[in-house]
Amino acid sequence: MSSLERSDVERLAALARIDMSDGDLDRLSGQLAVIVDAVAKVAEVAGEDVPATSHPIPLSNVHRPDAVRPSLAQDAALAAAPEAEEGRFRVPQILGEDA
Amino acid sequence: MAGLTYEKALEQFDPVFGIEVHVELNTATKMFCGCANQFGAEPNTQVCPVCLGLPGSMPVVNEKAVESAIRLGLSLGCSIRDSSRFARKNYFYPDVSKNYQISQYDEPTCFEGSLDVVLDDGEVVTVGIERAHMEEDAGKNTHVGGTGGIQGASHSLVDYNRGGVPLVEIVTHPIQGTGERVAEVARAYVATIRDIVKALDISDGRMEQGSVRADVNLSLRPKAAAGEDQAAVPFGKRSETKNVNSLRAIERAIHHEVVRQAELLLAGEPVVQETRHWHEDTGSTTPGRSKEQAEDYRYFPEPDLLPVEPSRDWVEELRGTIPEHPAKMRARLKDAWGFSDTDMRDAINADALDLIAASVEAGAKPQAARKWWMGELARTANDRGVTLRDLAVTPAHIAELQSLIDEGKINDKLARQALEGVLAGEGSPSEVVSSRGLEVVSDDSALEAAVDEALASQPDVLAKIQDGKVQAAGAIVGAVMKATRGQADAGRVREIILQRAGVEG
Repeated sequence: MSSLERSDVERLAALARIDMSDGDLDRLSGQLAVIVDAVAKVAEVAGEDVPATSHPIPLSNVHRPDAVRPSLAQDAALAAAPEAEEGRFRVPQILGEDA
Repeated sequence: MAGLTYEKALEQFDPVFGIEVHVELNTATKMFCGCANQFGAEPNTQVCPVCLGLPGSMPVVNEKAVESAIRLGLSLGCSIRDSSRFARKNYFYPDVSKNYQISQYDEPTCFEGSLDVVLDDGEVVTVGIERAHMEEDAGKNTHVGGTGGIQGASHSLVDYNRGGVPLVEIVTHPIQGTGERVAEVARAYVATIRDIVKALDISDGRMEQGSVRADVNLSLRPKAAAGEDQAAVPFGKRSETKNVNSLRAIERAIHHEVVRQAELLLAGEPVVQETRHWHEDTGSTTPGRSKEQAEDYRYFPEPDLLPVEPSRDWVEELRGTIPEHPAKMRARLKDAWGFSDTDMRDAINADALDLIAASVEAGAKPQAARKWWMGELARTANDRGVTLRDLAVTPAHIAELQSLIDEGKINDKLARQALEGVLAGEGSPSEVVSSRGLEVVSDDSALEAAVDEALASQPDVLAKIQDGKVQAAGAIVGAVMKATRGQADAGRVREIILQRAGVEG
């Protein structure tokens, strides 16, 4: 089972917007590799008769009717925003990326 | 290579395209919470902890959105998965409050369908559908400073009212073999999707409001040599043009990309696989982010939502609610109504087809229904800057109006006055006719008296009629119409004149 490389961790950190030092990367690539290998061991145990599962509880179709419920008031919605302007959340310049 | 045309480009290259269409559903509430799904509210007044992505909030699936997605999938000939699930698509952008969008990835609800698209000349192109999956819409960014675009903005403002609104994304398989009709096919495909979602009544289908949005993928490959199989030539590198939001823009964007890519290829330069932005004003595209550097969404199953497992019975019940394919319906109606190609195209362009159909259903003759909706009413709607549906006239009114004419109670001129009354909210056509006193004078004795009077005052005309110059009767008809303030049936008046003159009509 191939393990996690340092370059993989570097890339994941960049995707998750986590600033990591060289020391962090060295330490975490080792630790994360151990975790990934441990999970891989579980996969070895599971036979063909065990389907992949994303939910431990055997439930499905938990839906709600299409009925409107009250929303937050605008000031309540914006209360926790670091900055607001004209009833909207104010965010810093968006650069280098597109919608 | 300047001056290369679309036609010339397609003499040398074979286009392959694919389209992703996002349909905003018209449910009352959002995909995963009870906030209202309505366009145009004050910013951030249709938001709650769930659609703002506040910690500890839990999404719950909107049952109606699932129903709409399945009905759309069935209309596209898709199979409906017994068990499908949601996934998180992770990316950082301020219009996504949670830093992920809830979508579907490896188990979309609807998959593998096909849709027949009918071109203007009747040619049918079958488009393969890869999948139709549910997801949530993002919020809306407004860029402040600079020219209003993202470039040069000092900061941005976000309104999350649209965040969490239910979407169905329909993805086609690569569409090959359309040659020089590629732009036309792309346009017709999106138009067909729009017509289907409107017929299903699961979306208002308004492209100008963003209810139906398209991303267009296009690549070119060399044309196969004579006798060789075009399908065996590998696809070229493709571009994905985002947010092409009108039917005309879809055609224009394809024209532009065909020419742009052909120019690169002919100059020996590579086409970069990338996202591009469409610019309506210049009719051109510019590069966005390159696919190589981004596009790692690290999808994983959404742990806060349970699988969607529609029962077979429910799916079959929904299948029973699927309306006829819009193209088939049009062909059937055109035939049944005896409309010309032009009649039909005008009615479709005016979005009057279902109004005419409902009027016919209510008893009007097709041509009469067409005449009213496409004439008087279309003019009124146009003058007022509203749609036909906004007028205070229903298909039942039109059927009633026409039957009043057919029964001889009113003539065309009076009918127009009656319609004015209906438009002014004075009630049904019969009510307006009686309240405004519009009924034609159908009492023969009253008409005979008026005819006699007119003939007596114009003896020369009577002599001409008796002389065989029957067209002279027009002057008498005119006098009688004037005397009855237009409320006489001109045909009947003419008959009476000829009787009185002793001439058979």
